[in-house]
Amino acid sequence: MAEIDHQAELTRAGANVSGHWSRLLFYMRQHPLGAIGAVIVIVFVFSAVFADVLAPHDPLHTSAPDSLKAPDTTFVMGADMMGRDVLSRIIHGARISLTVGVASILLGGVIGIVIGLMSGYLLGWFDLLMQRLIDIMQALPLLVLALVMAASLGPSLENTIIAISIPLVPNVARVVRSSTLSLREMPFVEAARAAGMSELRVAVRHVLPNTLAPLIVLFTAQLGAAILVEASLSFLGLGVPEPHPSWGRMLSESAAEYVRVAPWLVIFPGIAISLAVFGTNLFGDAVRDILDPRQRS
Amino acid sequence: MTAAAEAAAQPPVLEVEGLKKHFPVKKGLLSRQSGKVYAVDGVSFHIGPGETLGLVGESGCGKSTVGRTVLRLIDPTEGAIRLSGRDVTHLGKTDMRAVRREMQIIFQDPYSSLNPRMSAGDIVGELLRVHDLGNAAEREERVAELFERVGLSRAQMKSFPHEFSGGQRQRIGIARALALNPKLIVGDEPVSALDVSIQAQVINLLMDLQQEFRLSYLFVAHDLAVVEHISHRIAVMYLGRIVEYTDKRTLFTDPQHPYTEALLSAVPVPDPRLRRKKMVLQGDVPSPINPPSGCHFHTRCPYAEARCRIESPALREIAPGHTVACHLR
Repeated sequence: MAEIDHQAELTRAGANVSGHWSRLLFYMRQHPLGAIGAVIVIVFVFSAVFADVLAPHDPLHTSAPDSLKAPDTTFVMGADMMGRDVLSRIIHGARISLTVGVASILLGGVIGIVIGLMSGYLLGWFDLLMQRLIDIMQALPLLVLALVMAASLGPSLENTIIAISIPLVPNVARVVRSSTLSLREMPFVEAARAAGMSELRVAVRHVLPNTLAPLIVLFTAQLGAAILVEASLSFLGLGVPEPHPSWGRMLSESAAEYVRVAPWLVIFPGIAISLAVFGTNLFGDAVRDILDPRQRS
Repeated sequence: MTAAAEAAAQPPVLEVEGLKKHFPVKKGLLSRQSGKVYAVDGVSFHIGPGETLGLVGESGCGKSTVGRTVLRLIDPTEGAIRLSGRDVTHLGKTDMRAVRREMQIIFQDPYSSLNPRMSAGDIVGELLRVHDLGNAAEREERVAELFERVGLSRAQMKSFPHEFSGGQRQRIGIARALALNPKLIVGDEPVSALDVSIQAQVINLLMDLQQEFRLSYLFVAHDLAVVEHISHRIAVMYLGRIVEYTDKRTLFTDPQHPYTEALLSAVPVPDPRLRRKKMVLQGDVPSPINPPSGCHFHTRCPYAEARCRIESPALREIAPGHTVACHLR
């Protein structure tokens, strides 16, 4: 007869999870893919923060003799046409990509949440006006809108962030608005009002937290998209200007000319972009599950 | 002295006079108002301290709207609402905040009435926080007390709503309603979503709490058996109006309005040998957008006369404490 190992069963169900570390370990066991995503994101963030220490060479240092050098022991991922070390540029590029991705999502997210929450909550003329504005913005593709923004603002890191964040606003606002519309009729929102809470508190404490689950998925998907748009903008000369290493520009600069003679110039930035997008997506799915108390068992 | 007589002797906790709530029906691009829903159309009643008024009627008769309007969750179109003698009908947001401590609500659906992202303790404790009652430790202690009072344990304060059963969730809803020490609690069908065995537990809890804190209840329900158990007096509503209003005993033994008669004959009796005169109503409740002329009930009333179609009957006191809106009584 099979013995039930009570201690093991309890551990599996997370009954004796206490303290931050064991909680973290428990979540990692529950969401192995999320753990992989988390590791990728951590590596990504780590290299962004400690780029100066980690990079074996100066990412901006050019040397004619090393031009288009294939990967070897000095240049682990080879060198580009100006003889700059690709590995160092990728490590430093993480900083640019992460800054642009996170900052644009924060900026676009905050504006989008405020507009969406106000739209869904206040309704009336404000909602009507905002929804038509959002219709107009959504009629244009993300890249085209970002292009227009970037072209009118001029190339710089800050302007790239603004150019990418503005097109995110309609997506976030739509998601928040639609959840708000259904949530504002829920009895628990009515209960909050009956308790004498201010409308602001009801909106922020009771409506907003319940709109977050779809937003986190949207944000992580957009983080990947933001990195890609940054790459496209940089390629067109409207993104992060030279000589800052941007994954997107590294990829697109070399794709046409050097892909046959020096494929490492395309492969490694490509892998970096894919991994970053993949990792944030896996991580985002797990975070969504963990943040939703209903899925916490 | 009986509870009802005692209640009548004291100034009422809640007085409602000529309450009307009409919802506009909007149509088309420019939101032209094309009609009105007469959800509540002139309702008056009062509830004394420690008294329960049962408000019964079919779905769509406006009984829930009455509850929400009393709490000013919906603004009334007309009429007056007085809480302990104070007119709260037109109070502004700031004044209303203080009044909200006096009256609370228990909802029908224990699933959607608790914020899924807040722990049970926070759901109850938040009310104390927004009204600045005590410091964090005192509030926690008060919430723990409330939990124990409604039959939950202290340890359950940390759990989230999805971890509770329907009956337990309703207990959290009751703890929330009690948190601010209100005088009046509006129960919007608080037990109709629960299993029968759990219904009894929750009803008994509500009755114990009433005894202990001298609470007044406005108990909205469609189940007469439940209402009979908990109420002192009962008001029967039909299409936005009260048709009969009296104490529980009189209503169940000597119903005067034909609609009340029909409702009572639909209550199952737990004795298979007992045969009663059945009175089954034909048809559906007419639309409150376009209610029938005269007596609203004449379309389904087996005794309707010509007069009923033309003239709307007023509520008349046919015996002390027994009012009926019917031409034939």
